[in-house]
Amino acid sequence: MSPSTVWIIVIGAAVGTYLLKLAGLSAPPGILKRPLVRRFVELIPAALLAALVAVNALTREGALTVDFRLAALVAAAIALGLRAPFIVVLLIAGGVGALGYVVGG
Amino acid sequence: MRSSEHRSERARVVRDGVSLGTAVGLYGVAFGATATVAGLSVWQASLLSLLMFTGASQFALVGVLASGGSPFAAVGSALLLGTRNTIYGLRLAELLAYRGWRRVAAAHWVIDETTAVTVRESGQELSRLAFVSSGSALFLFWNLSTVAGALGAQSFGPVLQAALDSVVPAAFLALLWPRLVRGADLLREQRIVAAGGAGIALALTPILAPGLQIIAAALAVLLGIRGSSSGSA
Repeated sequence: MSPSTVWIIVIGAAVGTYLLKLAGLSAPPGILKRPLVRRFVELIPAALLAALVAVNALTREGALTVDFRLAALVAAAIALGLRAPFIVVLLIAGGVGALGYVVGG
Repeated sequence: MRSSEHRSERARVVRDGVSLGTAVGLYGVAFGATATVAGLSVWQASLLSLLMFTGASQFALVGVLASGGSPFAAVGSALLLGTRNTIYGLRLAELLAYRGWRRVAAAHWVIDETTAVTVRESGQELSRLAFVSSGSALFLFWNLSTVAGALGAQSFGPVLQAALDSVVPAAFLALLWPRLVRGADLLREQRIVAAGGAGIALALTPILAPGLQIIAAALAVLLGIRGSSSGSA
């Protein structure tokens, strides 16, 4: 991918995400009262975030791969279950991942 | 008496906002590092944090680029995740009641964390205070730490790289988590949709171009919508 393509992606995606934010702040009140709209917007982040968790933890170059990242993810889930703060969860995941890489690969 | 209570209340709101903004903002180190490892320049990584300023979309974008995805897949997954902020905006519009240029400026800071601290407060004055204090702290530290991470990543060895690879899925899990635990809205549907999204994405990874499986995972929403219209579920 050429550097100018990357620039277009960066600027285009930044403008798009800003407009999405502004749209919400400017929309007429009451739009969230439509049950189907509300449900759709409440649920879409769960689908995407779960997909991002799975793909980033369990795949590499288009193939399913189980490695140190899974151990780190389990550790992060335990930390989240114990209500650890965000930054602590990330430090634990990073630490377990690094350890797993050194020990087992 | 009344006014000193009011002052201490304001101080608490600012303290909460600034400490959350600072803590989460430091996580920009992980973004800066991930982005440069994915092939972006330090400038591009920094500009994303400055102009996009919504972590999940930023990580999704560089993740798709790193795995060799198309521009369409990269921008598409960032925008789909960005729809979340539209919803936050709808909720914040009434609370903050900004007009004109203030609204145009405030929109940039409408994200997970600022929404979480703002909706907790009651009344326009405290809501605005929570929004501005968390937003300014987070914006400042997120951008500074992005630059630090982007510069630092160039000296990363394989062990630090492994740590970074492990932090990214954990960060997405941390964003997802509040939707899956007791007390969340539509808890049952959220869990079904999350499981469906993960399943679809994994199943399609070997087949689709990188990044498209994330967009396809949005179809899992239908699992949650169908469950509601039948009524009995």
